[in-house]
Amino acid sequence: MSDIIFEERKDQIHVKGEGPFKLACNRDSLAGAVSQRACVFCGSRVVLYPIADALHLVHGPIGCAAYTWDIRGALSSGPELHRLSFSTDLQETDVIFGGEKKLYAALTELIDRHQPKAAFVYSTCIVGIIGDDLAAVCKKVSAEKGIPVIPVQSEGFKGNKREGYLAACKAMFTLMGTGDTSDISPISLNILGDFNLAGEIWIIREYFERMGIQVVANITGDGRVGDIARAHGAALNVVQCSGSTMDLAKMMKDAYGTPVVKVSYFGIEDMAEALYAVARFFKDKDPDMLARTQALVKEELAVLYPKLSQFRKDLEGKKAAIYVGGAFKAFSLIKAFRHLGMSVAIAGSQTGTPEDYEELASICDPGTIIIDDANPLELSHYLKEKDVDIFVGGVKERPIAFKLGVGFCDHNHERKEALEGFVGMYNFALEVHRTVMSPVWRFVPRRAGKALAESLDDLPKECAL
Amino acid sequence: MSSQSDIADATAVLDAEAGPLKPKPEPFVSTTNACKLCKPLGATLVFKGIEGGVPYLHGSQGCATYMRRYIISHFREPMDIASSSLGEKQAIYGGGPNLKKGLLTVMDKYGAGMIGVATTCLTETIGDDVPGILMEFRREFADLGVAPVVNVSTPSYSGTHMEGFTAAVRAVADQLATADAKTAAVNCFPGFVSCEDIRHLKDVFASFGLTATILPDYSETLDGPAVEDYEKIPSGGTPVKAIKAMGAAPATFEFGRTLSEPGEAATAGGLLASRFGVPLKRLGLPIGLRETDAFFKSLESVSCKPTPRRRALERGRLLDAFVDGHKYVSQKRCVIYGEEDLIVGLTSFMAEIGVIPVLVAGGGRSGRLEKAVRAACEGLVPEMPEVAEGVDFYDIADRARELAPDFFLGHSKGYRLAREMNVPLVRVGFPIHDRFGGQRLRHLCYQGAQELLDRVVNAMIETKQTGSDIGYGYI
Ligand code: SF4
Ligand code: SF4
Repeated sequence: MSDIIFEERKDQIHVKGEGPFKLACNRDSLAGAVSQRACVFCGSRVVLYPIADALHLVHGPIGCAAYTWDIRGALSSGPELHRLSFSTDLQETDVIFGGEKKLYAALTELIDRHQPKAAFVYSTCIVGIIGDDLAAVCKKVSAEKGIPVIPVQSEGFKGNKREGYLAACKAMFTLMGTGDTSDISPISLNILGDFNLAGEIWIIREYFERMGIQVVANITGDGRVGDIARAHGAALNVVQCSGSTMDLAKMMKDAYGTPVVKVSYFGIEDMAEALYAVARFFKDKDPDMLARTQALVKEELAVLYPKLSQFRKDLEGKKAAIYVGGAFKAFSLIKAFRHLGMSVAIAGSQTGTPEDYEELASICDPGTIIIDDANPLELSHYLKEKDVDIFVGGVKERPIAFKLGVGFCDHNHERKEALEGFVGMYNFALEVHRTVMSPVWRFVPRRAGKALAESLDDLPKECAL
Repeated sequence: MSSQSDIADATAVLDAEAGPLKPKPEPFVSTTNACKLCKPLGATLVFKGIEGGVPYLHGSQGCATYMRRYIISHFREPMDIASSSLGEKQAIYGGGPNLKKGLLTVMDKYGAGMIGVATTCLTETIGDDVPGILMEFRREFADLGVAPVVNVSTPSYSGTHMEGFTAAVRAVADQLATADAKTAAVNCFPGFVSCEDIRHLKDVFASFGLTATILPDYSETLDGPAVEDYEKIPSGGTPVKAIKAMGAAPATFEFGRTLSEPGEAATAGGLLASRFGVPLKRLGLPIGLRETDAFFKSLESVSCKPTPRRRALERGRLLDAFVDGHKYVSQKRCVIYGEEDLIVGLTSFMAEIGVIPVLVAGGGRSGRLEKAVRAACEGLVPEMPEVAEGVDFYDIADRARELAPDFFLGHSKGYRLAREMNVPLVRVGFPIHDRFGGQRLRHLCYQGAQELLDRVVNAMIETKQTGSDIGYGYI
C-alpha cells in the first residue's frame, strides 16, 4: 500500500478479493488524521432535528449550535421551529460556575416565546466536563411548563455519530407511550430513519397510503411530537437501513412488541422490496395489498425505465466511488449504479459496523476498495488509483473530487434533491448523468494533461518561428 | 478592561435595542441564530494562510469536522483541519499524548511546513497546558527536525471567530517573528478579508513599489487553481521565512477599527511595534473612499512615492460612479451586520454614498463598535445609526422589522430575514454559502468600492424593476 496510508489504519482498508475479508471499524479516529467524521452531538442532532414542533436547544458554547443552523434539507409541512438555531452560548463565567442557571433561564425564555410541543436539550463536550445536571434542569422546566423537556446526552467526545444516534433514540423513546392510540388502524406503520430531505418522506408516505396503510409517525422527517408520543400504537415499524433509528425500533419491540422490517428507499430493487416487505407483513390482514403494491411498482417503473435507459446509454462502463455516513446507504447505491451500467470501485463509510462491512463486501465486485473512517489523503489517493468518473459523498468530500477532476453527487443530509423512491432514482440518475457527462472534466489539468500526453505525437513538427 | 465603560456601553446597546419609544426589554439569556462563529474557526483560517500550514484543533473530532464543513461551503476548496480526536479517556486524563501523536501524524503524512494548533472549549476546560506539551514535544522529537508549531488559545466561551482570528495572527507574529533577518518587505495584517481582497492588496502594494508580507494569505490556499494532482497542502500562503523577518520590517499596516488600542501589544501590529520597534500604521479596513484614501496616504508616506496614475484613475472612476449612481441609493435605508471591522468599513462606505445605515449589528463584544460606527458616519448621515453589539439574528430581526430597511448588507445568514421582509440582501463577508464566488468578492480599495457600489446600485434597480407592474426595461 502507498505511503499515504497511516500504519495504524491499514486494517481499516480492504481490497475485495485480496485475502479473507476482515475490516477493523468502530474505532476512535486517529489523532492528526483529518477524519471525515463528526461527533456524538452531530449524530443526535441529525436524528432529532427534523422534529419540527420541538425546541432544539444546544447547551454549550456557540460553535456547536452555529455550525448546525439550518444546514440540512429536512422539510416540514407545518411548524418550522427546527430551522432555528438555539444555544445557551456559554460564556467563561458559566464554565467556571456551571451553566445550569443559564440553561434554566434560556429554556424558560424560549419555551415561553415559541410554545413548542416539547424541548430537546443537547449537551456538548464542555457540558460533559463541567458536569451540569441536565436531567435535573429539564425535569424542573418540564414540571413548570407542562411539556416534555428531554435531555440528550450527546457530549461530542464520547464516541462517534453512532453513539449520538443511540442518545437520540433514548430521548425519543421517553416520549412514546404517552399519546392516544385509539384511532390507529390495525394496518398502520411508523416510518423510521427517514429525515424528509427535499420532501422524501412525502414520496414514501404516498406509496404507503396508496397501498392502503395508515402512517402514524414520521420519525423523524416532518416529525411531530404528538405523533411520536403515539407511535407505539402502530402495527409495524419500517426502519430505513441507516442504522440511526434501529435502536429505537429495538426499544419499541422490547417494550411494545412492535415488529420491525428493515428497508431502503434508494434505488429500484430496494424501493420495490421495501414496499413488498410491508405488503407481505400485512397480507393476512389485507389479502389484496400485495396485488395493489405490485400494480403500484409496475406503474412507477413504466414511467421510470424508459428514462433510465436514456441515461444508461451514456453511462455504461463508467466507474463510481462511494463514501457516505452510514454503510447501508452504500448497498443501495451500488445497486443503483448497476442499473445505470456503472460499477463501484471504492465503497466506504464513516461509521459502519462489522456486519455492515461484511454485507458490503459480499455485494461488491472483486478489486473494490472497502474503507472505514477515511480521510482526504486516502480518498484522493484511491480516487486517482481507480480513476473513477464520479464520487458520491457529502460537502467535505466534494472539493476532493472536484480538485481531481471527478464528477460528484451530494448524497448526504444537506442535499436539496429528493433521491428516495422511484422518482428519486430518476433524480439520482439525472444528477449522475449531468456531472459525469459534463465537458468541464476534459479541461481539468489532470484529465487534460493525460489527453495532452496522448496527443503529443500530433504536435507540429516544425515551428514557423 | 474598564468595567465602568463596559456598563455604559451595555446600557447604550440596550437603549439602542429598545428603540426610541419602546420600554427597555429584558436582556435575552439564550441565543437564537447566532451572528458569530466560534473562536478556533478564525484561527484555522489564519493557519491555512501560511505556506505549508496545516491547521490543527486540539479537541474532539466534531469541532474540526464542523468547521471544515462550514469553511468548505464558502470557499468550495478542500479545508483540511487535523484534530486530536479526543475521546472520553483523554477528556478525563488530558489530551497531551494525542496532541503529540497527532502532530507527528500531520508532519509525517502531510509534510507540513508549519502547524497551527488552536485549542477548543474542551481542551481549555480540562486545562491542557498546550505550550507546555509543545515544549516537551520539541524536546522529545528534536532529532526529527520538526516543523514550527504555533499555538493559540481559543476557548469559544470567551470571544468570537474574529477574536480567534486576531489572536492567531498575533500568536504567529509572537512565536515566529524575529528581528534577525534583513527585509525590505512591509507587514500587512488585513484581517478577515476575501481571497480576492488579498490578491488586490498585493497589487496595490506593488504599485507603490512595495513588497508586503500579508498575514494570513489564503488567497491561493483557499482559492486555488485547478492543478494536475491533489495537493495535500495547497501551494501559496505567507512564507514562514517572511514571517520570521517581520520584526525587521520597515512598517506594519494593520486594518481594523475595533481592535485593541494601537499602543497595546494585544494585536500582531502592536506586538511588533513594542517588541521590535516596527512602526505601526493602524487603519480601518480600506472600504469606501475615505478609508482607502487614508490607506493610500500612508502608502505614499511609507513608499515615498505618489499614488500611481493607474490607482488615481480608479479613484476618479469611483467618484464618477458615486455621482452616476447616487440617486438610486440616496436615502435608502440599510441594516448592516456581521464581523465588527467589516461592518465599520461598510458603514463608512454606505454613509459616503448617501445610504442611511439604520442599524449596525455584530455578534462580537469588543466594546469599540459604537465609537467606530459614529466616527464613520460623522457629518454624512442625518441621524446616527443604532449600534448593537453581542446580538443574534433574533435581536436583529426584531429591530429590523421596526426599522423597515430598503436592503440588508451582510453575509448569507441574514437571508431568512431579508426574505421575510421581502427586501434584497447584498451579500458581503463570511459565510456566503447560498451564492457562488463569495471568496472572489472584492471589497477593498477603490476597485473594491467600485464593485460593491455596482452591486448595491443594481440591487436597488432590480428591486424597482421587478416591483413595477409593467417591468420597465429601461431604468
Ligand atoms: S466546542 Fe467550542 S470549539 Fe468546538 S465547535 Fe463548539 S464552540 Fe466551537
Ligand atoms: S464541542 Fe463536542 S459536541 Fe460540540 S461540535 Fe465539538 S465535538 Fe461536537
